[in-house]
Amino acid sequence: MTTAKLTCGAQRAHKVPMQEPWMIPIRAARTMLVVMAGLPMLTGCVTVNAPAEPIVIELNINITQEVIYRLAEDAGNTIEANADIF
Amino acid sequence: MRTKSVTLFANYAVAAALAFGAVASPALAQRDPAYSAARSAGQVGERVNGYLGIVGSPSPDLQRLVDDINNQRRQVYADRAQAEGATLEQYALTAGCLAISRTTAGEKYQAPDGSWQTRTSAAPIRDPRCP
Repeated sequence: MTTAKLTCGAQRAHKVPMQEPWMIPIRAARTMLVVMAGLPMLTGCVTVNAPAEPIVIELNINITQEVIYRLAEDAGNTIEANADIF
Repeated sequence: MRTKSVTLFANYAVAAALAFGAVASPALAQRDPAYSAARSAGQVGERVNGYLGIVGSPSPDLQRLVDDINNQRRQVYADRAQAEGATLEQYALTAGCLAISRTTAGEKYQAPDGSWQTRTSAAPIRDPRCP
């Protein structure tokens, strides 16, 4: 960490390739890509919110009519016994 | 014998009423006024899965109300499902069938395709498996 190169941040001299006119759009596209890739970082933290609704796993497809008919009477009683929440 | 037991029951009822004051026992309690109002206004509706849903855009108060009721329902479903040897989802779906049947005109319910419907005097659109 003591070299002049690192502290000054200067690069060593190097040969810059000739820039042809047709290279300009390619360079522009590359710059654009780098800028766009960097954009999400600017927004800061990714916030994860808890779902508002209670998580209910739906497995309705596997429930047969037979089961529903068997439970119907008890479910009806349950609804009547808990009228405040139905 | 019959009159005696009725009198006895009445005594118990009076004793219970005195013990609980003006508060009715939870099992026979009526809907919370806010819940009743939200139902009548079509802000909440009965979902196919046996739980309450919010029809429009949820406000924090409404969300809290619905979450609270749904948590209580799930508890009841879980208890009864276990007693009946069924799964929570089976029991909840069955209760959903019945809860949708019991909606009154103007209240909202969810059709099997997931859309919200307003109950009319006609029978509601329900899952074909519903009793």
